[in-house]
Amino acid sequence: MDIRFRLNGEDRAVDAGASQSLLSLLRDGLGLPGSKNACEQGECGSCTVVMDGRAVCSCLVLAADTDGADITTVEGLGDEDTLHAVQAALVDGGGVQCGFCTPGFVVAAAHLFESNPTPSTDEIREALSGNICRCTGYGGILRSLEGLAGR
Amino acid sequence: MTTTTGTRIRGGIGESVKRPDGIPKVIGNFAYASDLAADGMLWGATLRSPYARARVVRLDPAAALAIPGVQAILTQDDVPGRKTFGQITADQPVLVDGEARFWGEPAAVVAADDPETARLAVAAIDVEWEELEPLVDMEEALGRDEVFRYAPVRRGDPDATGTVVVEGYYEVGMQDQAPLGTEAGLAIPDGEGGVDLWVTSQWTHEDHDQIWRSLDLAPDQVRQHPTGIGGAFGAREDMSLHIHVCLLALRTGRPVKMVYNREESFPGHVHRHPARMWYRHEADADGTLVKVEAKIILDGGAYMDTTPAVVGNAVYFTTGPYRVDSVQVDGYGVRTNNPPTGAMRGFGVVQVCFAHESQMDRLAEALGMDPLELRKHNALTTGDPLPTTGQIIETPLPTVGVIEQLAAIPLPPPLDSDDPRRLPGGTGLTTTPDYVTRGVGYAVSLKNIAFSEAFDDFAEARVVLSPSGVEVHTAAVEVGQGMVTVLQQIARTALGVEQVAIVPTDTSEIGSAGSTSASRQTQMAGGAVLEAARAVRDLALEQAGGDDLTSDGVWRAGELVMTLDELCADGPISHHTRFRHPPTEEPDENGQGDLHADFAVAAHRAVVDVDAELGLVRVVQVDTAQDVGLVLNPQSVRGQIEGGILQGVGLAVMEELVLDRGIILNASFTDYLLPTFLDAPEVEMALIEEPSPWGPFGAKGMGEPPTISSTPAVVAAIRNATGLELNRVPIRPQDITGT
Repeated sequence: MDIRFRLNGEDRAVDAGASQSLLSLLRDGLGLPGSKNACEQGECGSCTVVMDGRAVCSCLVLAADTDGADITTVEGLGDEDTLHAVQAALVDGGGVQCGFCTPGFVVAAAHLFESNPTPSTDEIREALSGNICRCTGYGGILRSLEGLAGR
Repeated sequence: MTTTTGTRIRGGIGESVKRPDGIPKVIGNFAYASDLAADGMLWGATLRSPYARARVVRLDPAAALAIPGVQAILTQDDVPGRKTFGQITADQPVLVDGEARFWGEPAAVVAADDPETARLAVAAIDVEWEELEPLVDMEEALGRDEVFRYAPVRRGDPDATGTVVVEGYYEVGMQDQAPLGTEAGLAIPDGEGGVDLWVTSQWTHEDHDQIWRSLDLAPDQVRQHPTGIGGAFGAREDMSLHIHVCLLALRTGRPVKMVYNREESFPGHVHRHPARMWYRHEADADGTLVKVEAKIILDGGAYMDTTPAVVGNAVYFTTGPYRVDSVQVDGYGVRTNNPPTGAMRGFGVVQVCFAHESQMDRLAEALGMDPLELRKHNALTTGDPLPTTGQIIETPLPTVGVIEQLAAIPLPPPLDSDDPRRLPGGTGLTTTPDYVTRGVGYAVSLKNIAFSEAFDDFAEARVVLSPSGVEVHTAAVEVGQGMVTVLQQIARTALGVEQVAIVPTDTSEIGSAGSTSASRQTQMAGGAVLEAARAVRDLALEQAGGDDLTSDGVWRAGELVMTLDELCADGPISHHTRFRHPPTEEPDENGQGDLHADFAVAAHRAVVDVDAELGLVRVVQVDTAQDVGLVLNPQSVRGQIEGGILQGVGLAVMEELVLDRGIILNASFTDYLLPTFLDAPEVEMALIEEPSPWGPFGAKGMGEPPTISSTPAVVAAIRNATGLELNRVPIRPQDITGT
């Protein structure tokens, strides 16, 4: 089925399967592998994207329901030359190990900082509690983002 | 005299150097195995056994093969070479050989044009199973002599007696590594009968050595390449879809990709061994340990995998880091129809540490002694024999040091908040501070580093110096822990040249670097890189008649005498090395011998808040002191310690695969609980740097100890808060409430 949406600032017209998830459309249909598939149940946040101003698990969004939506994935936040502040903070602060959860954390944290540039430690923990990291114990991620919040 | 380039080079050892893969990972273009693609690629999918034990009555792929877009369906009959695989013993059929022996065992594999078609084809395979009675109880398995390995220890006087005796029985549930990235691989036929494979792995050469045998190819016709891996923790030490995806690629002549979904991933890799352990400690009235007796059973699941080595670790670290003259242990790894178990961070030592530390606390209570004083009184140190094997410990072993430095870390302030994010049960608003009791507990652990028991453990590396800088070639696998950063730092410091790249190297280009496990790559791959880098530096200095090497070239008496361009005019200067740690022995019939290459100690203190009425626990803080030999990268060390502790906390209070007749009931991230950001404790740490005799610059492997004693420390803290015995992990709410 034909879908028109705005993806990372560009208007796109794409063909999606009737039962396809947004995650599958991004990864397999549009060549954007940054959003990761780790659980397909909305439990781990590895596939987090921002859709119409809300952070959502793209594995739980039906691609067919994104017609007319405005979607930002990790690829839309920064690139090698111009990192988003959250991306730079995680690289510098030891917030990255295996990195599989990282794109989801980047999108979720960028979304948090957009609405609250100086989150408290508890606010950071709560806002990112839908994103699972198995490597860092969250310490490196927390310090990175506390630094960005000026704490 | 050679000038020591030492630590003055930028990006050398001791700095929190940034990861070379950090930026690709934060912008989302780091290529994991599941991200790979090739022109004309097919997708694989797997038919699995729905029972823990079942006979295949009928398996007919004809109807499924007729679905448009289905290119191949393969069963065990289609395996051209060795029909089985396995790291220690090839006892697992590549695909079910008539009888499935665990839930989720692969029975057939499909290649189709797209993933949906592949899944549909799996569902369309005409298969009939006859369920058989599964063997799921590890004691029953032992009774039937279904034993992968029996390992005894008989040391000292078995009739020795103490004045105080403490007996205990302990259980450990089945923990899953739950790496965020699932099993994934891409196989591409080379057009000449061979195949190239990119797959989630911790040890490419070991996999390769099994794969070519089953494919009936020559070793050089199969090349296994490193690829991005979304975490491992032991789950990639044994193979998953490796042979399947190669079989499909060779059969179809097209690239084939397979990616397990989360439900498949749970039975798709080995887990931590569940354990049942019976312990008896005897001590003199002053607390001196006299004898430790133990019987340990580990559930090895359906196939052997690394169970024998895990049993060895459990048995040889039965007592923990304490002097005991008499040790009598019987350890068993048994075969059941439960999901296969194998490597997970801590590798057998996690289970016994929970038991021996529980015993030490109970002994302290029986003696009326402070639990830390009891541990210090018996602390094992350099020059002592390992109480199980008799091996004299030559590496620095600051057992007292880790205990004292841990105890010196200030305790957190009392609970002073009614913010639900800081209360047991969290934002569920389930409790108030009035119902919360705080507890504090300690635990200490001893772990071997690298492979033991006479294993020929080596790592290869090649260091190449050219005008553009240094290349390090190694097959050592980066799984997220930061090895690539540390290898760069070692090479920079050893050579004096800043520009260092770690080059992904496939199995045909260099020999094995061994597994990324057993806390070994910093010492093993790191040792190889150091040795090769020093050789290259010596060659460069000799060629130019200099006394120092930098990124500019070779220097003599403070003057540049040869640039890198001039130095490498006839080609790069390189050195290839195979690094081995000091040899180890096989145990004799009593488990005696020099079985281990190196040791490390760590101690943990947990602080918990518990609502005993509701059975809710919040782990407030877990502090640690650990001997790391030398800190090569402070940020990486901290990251390994914090991540390892949280996995230990997970085992203590939430992580368990729940089985019914061998079937995993919670094979999803909805039902297998993992610690979230709100579950993560604060962590304060003291790092002790007592140099390893053979680690690079004295560094010790340090990835596993954080996971080992953190679990019993949390349990001890919950016991302290509740007064309960708590002889099983994970501790569930009902274990606290008794309802």
